[in-house]
Order: sequence, then structure tokens, then C-alpha cells
Amino acid sequence: MSVVYFIFQQTMFFAIPLLIVALGGMFSERSGVVNIALEGIMTMGAFTSILFLNLSADSLSGQGQLLIAIVIAMVTGSMFSALHAYAAINMKADQTISGTALNMFAPAFAIFIARIIQGVQQIQFANTFRIDAVPILGSIPFIGDLFFKNTYITTFIGIAILVLATIVLYKTKFGLRLRACGEHPHAADAAGINVYRMQYAGVLISGALAGLGGLVFVVPTSTNFNATVSGYGFLALAVLIFGQWKPVKIMGASLFFGLTKAVAASYSGIPFLSNLGIPSYLFKMIPYIATLVVLIFTSKNSMAPRASGVPYDKGQR
Amino acid sequence: MKNRKQIDFTGAISSIFAIFIGLLVGLIVLMLSNYRQALPGFFTILTGSLTHGMKGVGQVFYYATPIILTGLSVGFAFKTGLFNIGASGQFIVGAFGAVYVGIMFKNIGSVHWIIAVLASVLFGAIWGSVPGILKAYFNVNEVIASIMMNYIGMYAVNWTVKGYKPLFNNLRNESKNVAATAEIPRMGLDSLFPGSSVNGGFIIAVITAIIIFIILNKTTFGYELKAVGYNRNASKYAGINEKKSIILSMTIAGAVSGLAGGLLYLAGTGKHIEIVDKLAPEGFNGISVALLGVCHPIGILFAGIFIAYLTAGGFYLQLFEFSTEIIDIIIAVIIYFSAFALIVKTLIAKYSKRKHSKGSIKSSGSEGGI
Repeated sequence: MSVVYFIFQQTMFFAIPLLIVALGGMFSERSGVVNIALEGIMTMGAFTSILFLNLSADSLSGQGQLLIAIVIAMVTGSMFSALHAYAAINMKADQTISGTALNMFAPAFAIFIARIIQGVQQIQFANTFRIDAVPILGSIPFIGDLFFKNTYITTFIGIAILVLATIVLYKTKFGLRLRACGEHPHAADAAGINVYRMQYAGVLISGALAGLGGLVFVVPTSTNFNATVSGYGFLALAVLIFGQWKPVKIMGASLFFGLTKAVAASYSGIPFLSNLGIPSYLFKMIPYIATLVVLIFTSKNSMAPRASGVPYDKGQR
Repeated sequence: MKNRKQIDFTGAISSIFAIFIGLLVGLIVLMLSNYRQALPGFFTILTGSLTHGMKGVGQVFYYATPIILTGLSVGFAFKTGLFNIGASGQFIVGAFGAVYVGIMFKNIGSVHWIIAVLASVLFGAIWGSVPGILKAYFNVNEVIASIMMNYIGMYAVNWTVKGYKPLFNNLRNESKNVAATAEIPRMGLDSLFPGSSVNGGFIIAVITAIIIFIILNKTTFGYELKAVGYNRNASKYAGINEKKSIILSMTIAGAVSGLAGGLLYLAGTGKHIEIVDKLAPEGFNGISVALLGVCHPIGILFAGIFIAYLTAGGFYLQLFEFSTEIIDIIIAVIIYFSAFALIVKTLIAKYSKRKHSKGSIKSSGSEGGI
């Protein structure tokens, strides 16, 4: 039984950042801007917030410190994504190109600044954020063991973001307008919606969430930040498409990815799986192969926002 | 004809504009981090690769070889309407093909290196064709498919090299040396650039650029590929087999990236396939090179040499208190601003139009249009 709990907790560590970042990507793409820069934005968000954790280690610790770091990660992420928004919306640039530039910039910048500040590129931090057991809730049998033991506050924040994102996208005026801009910006414009402003909102939200995702990815799985989020931004992009640009399906996709990642990372400690004799590389490849297979079956009737990736030009018919 | 020349011209101008801003930002970052060393550091970036004369130039060509080829791969796909972000996977799979032949086929004499290079082309082509097939028949977005193929390729290569004893150097956790016969000959470049690592690979890269230029601009085949890139449905209506075109585009792009991997790992400079879970950076540098070269094969050739020049200069930055990542920052800024090409182009067009219309008003002054 403890193996089940262990796998579940590991899955959450991998799935929650994917969920948060893919939801961020959803806001951007649903407004009509492809955001391939998620990887770079994650790196930036993780960089500034973990630098904060490092520098404030003497005066702060615990959940309060983590909450401030979360805010920092989100602000950095949205500021960095504003560069993408400016290129894509104002300058009508090719969105893949400016996204690629951001992806390239972030790790270089993180290493450069880290070296200047502290001489080495790895930024250490003390992990004082693990919650061994949530009071009262942690003592519920089974459910308590699954959700409320050996966990991080970021897990609950991720779930809250999922609920919030679903409500915002489907139950508010803002969400309806955002989706309209991603499907048919000219019609949205004719209906009196400021398309540029909605697209800016979409990209900045995606930046905030991707920045947060960077922090959430690094904190439970490591004790230092080495200017990389190991391709999680690209994986989140796959989760987004796998989840067909819909919040609940994105959750399913990120849980699936998280599970395969967790199994790949810890299968040798699980007697049942290590006895199967499957090489670790196969476990590592499964998420990517599975994505390709699912894409083959779903891409014919893709639910992609229709205007995603096309710069909106008011004057065009 | 005159019109076409003008378009090429604006492409070059927007690249130069982007390079200028990129270098400016680099200088500002250096100034902010350490103003006393900023100017000498910046000067080192610009001229560092020339400090050792012809040897330095040879090194630049050596560094340029793989990124010119991955740049050609990305640029070629771009011209045919596809974004090949999978150059990294094709690169490493191609490198594996070359290393496999280089280690295993020992007794085939002087054609050994040619067979090894061809193996890299073949392996890269196979890897590139997968996203093409998925795009043509299942409408799978080639960007996502290529990203997945990057990781699958990297893990598959690591798995095979590590799992297959004859290939694996246990002590250093990397692939074994390729046979001496599999190393690419210098083709006379060693006497031109004494002491540097440059070899015949650079000549192969230049020839590849010329071939890609001819395919894209002088053949019906290339025209069809570009037509499908502009409008898939219209091309189908015009009688072009659009599925075949997409698959062939990605296959050729993959082959060129694979060649890049083969040439680098057969260069005889101590490069081995290391067993680390990290994507090959050459593939992503190829994207920068292609964008900077406005996806024109000859432009890519120069862009590759330019970026290699900056990178080589960056190595000398160790003399100062700057890390070499400043080069990546500069390149990223250059790429970011080269995305503004459209705006720069329209600005130039507007300007020249205004100039033009002014001229025509002058010449027909008496009619008094405005």
C-alpha cells in the first residue's frame, strides 16, 4: 500500500507543474497567440524566485517564504512573457521565432546573472516547505495518506488554479471574449471586443502561470536550480495539445505524463516494476511515444483554436 | 527581376538591424555587470577569434560546420512551410549512424568515412521523415511531433550506445573512438589553416548549401515544395502531390541535420556521444542560424559563420570576469529582433514607396496631383 502512496505523491510532483504551465499555455493559445516560449518563461520564473529563496534564507523560511517566492515567480513570468506579447501582437512577428528567442535567452540570462552574483551557476536553496501531514485532514484514512501527507502547498495551489481556470474560461464574460479572440478575432472585434487587449491578457496570464510552474517544478524535486527546467515547458505544450485545449482534459493529460515520469524516476525502488526487467530508457521514452500515438488519433479533428498563431491585423478582411 | 533583388536586400537589412541591436544589448549587459571590463570584453567578443590568425579562422569554420547544416535543415523546412524544431533529434540520430558505422565496419578501407557519412544522412532522413508522414497523413502538428522525436531520439541513442557493448566506453560513459579510417579527411584545409580542427566537413557543408539553393530556386521539385508551403490546398488543386511534398521536405531536412551530426562526430576531434539526458544544442542553434540567414541557403552559410565567429570569440571571454553565456544572450536578442523582419520590411517598403511617389510627383509636377 505504501508503494501506491509513494507513486501517487511522486506523480503529483511531476504532474502539478505540467498542469499549471499547460493551463497557462491554454490561456495564451485560446486568445490566439501560440506560446512556444513556455520553457524559457518557466526557467525565468524559477530563476528569480529561487534566487529569492537563496538570498532570503537567513531571515525567512517555511510557507511564508514560499508564498512570496510564488508571487515573484508569477510577476517575473508575466513580465518576461510581455516581450513575447509585444512581438506577437504589436509587431505581428512570427510567434515561433520570438518564442524560440525567449527560450534561448532565459537559460543564458540565468547562468550569466547567477555567475555574477554568486560565482557559480547552480543556485542552492534550503527546502523547508514540505508538509509532512496536514493537521486533521492528514489523519483521514486512505484519502489523508494520498493527498494530505508528504505534500507541498503548491499542489493545492495547482488544483485551485485548475478550478479557477475552468470557471474563468467558461463562466465569465472575460473567458468568453478570450475564446472568441482565439477563434475569430475579426468577429470579436466587430462585436466591440478589444482584441489586442484580450491577447495581451492571455499571454500575460500564461506567463504568470508558466513562471509559477517553473518554481513548482524545481522545489519538490531538487535542492538547487541549474538554469534548466529539463524540457518541461515543451512537455507542457504537448500536454496542452494532448488535452485538446480544455482544462479538465489537460488535467488528465498531465496526470498521465506525471505518472509515467514518476514511474521512470522511481521504478527501481518498486519491486513489482523492477522485476519486469523493462529498461529504464523505455520508461523515459513512454510519455513521448504515447503523445505521438494519441496525436495520430486526435489530430484529424483537432480542437485547436482556429486563429491561434496568426497575427491579428485589423485592416485585413 | 529587379523586384526580387529588392526583397533579398530588405532581408539582409533586417538581419543587420537585428545584429546591431543584439550587439548593443550585449554591450549594455556587459556595462551593467562590470563597466570597467565591458569595453575590452566586448572587443574580445568581436575580434577574439582572430587572435590566433589562420588557426583561429580555421576554428571558426570548424564550429560553423554543424550549425550551418542544422541551419540549412531548419531553413529548408521553413521555406516549405514547416517548422523543423526536431533538428536536435535528427542530429543525434545521424551522429549515431555515423558512429555505429565508424566503430563497427572496420575493414572497408578508404571508403569507410564516406559510408559513415552516408549512414548519418540516412539515419537523419529516417528520423526526419516521421513528423513528415504524421503531418501528411494524420494532420499532426509537426512542431509537437518533432519535439517528441527529439526526446525519443536522444533516449533511443543513449539506450543503444549504453546497451550495446562494442559501442560503449564504460570508463568515460560515452561512445568509443571511431576507427581512424572513418575520420573525415582534411581535404587540404589543414595546410590552409594550420593547427586548427577544420576538415573536409566544412567543404561538404558549403556544397550542401549550394545544392539546397539549387533545389529550392532552380528546380520544379523545389518549386512544388515551396508551393505546398504557401498553400497546401491550392497546390493539391494544381496537381501537386502535397502529401509526398511534405514528407520529402521533412526527410531532406532530417537528412541534412543527420549529416551535421555525422560530420561533427567523425571530425576526429575527440567528440563522442555522451550518455547524458540532454538534447543536442546544435539543433537549436540551427534555428538561430536559419532565422538570422532569413532562411536563404547562402544567407545561412554566412549566418552560421557569423554565429561561430561570435562563439569562438566568446571563449576568450574567460580572461575577463564574464561567462560565455553573454554570447547566447546576444544571439537570443538577435533572433528576437529578426522576428520583427516584417515590420522592418514594411517600413522599408513604405519609405522607398514614398521616395518613389515623390519622384513621380516631381516628374509630373505640372499636372499637380496632390
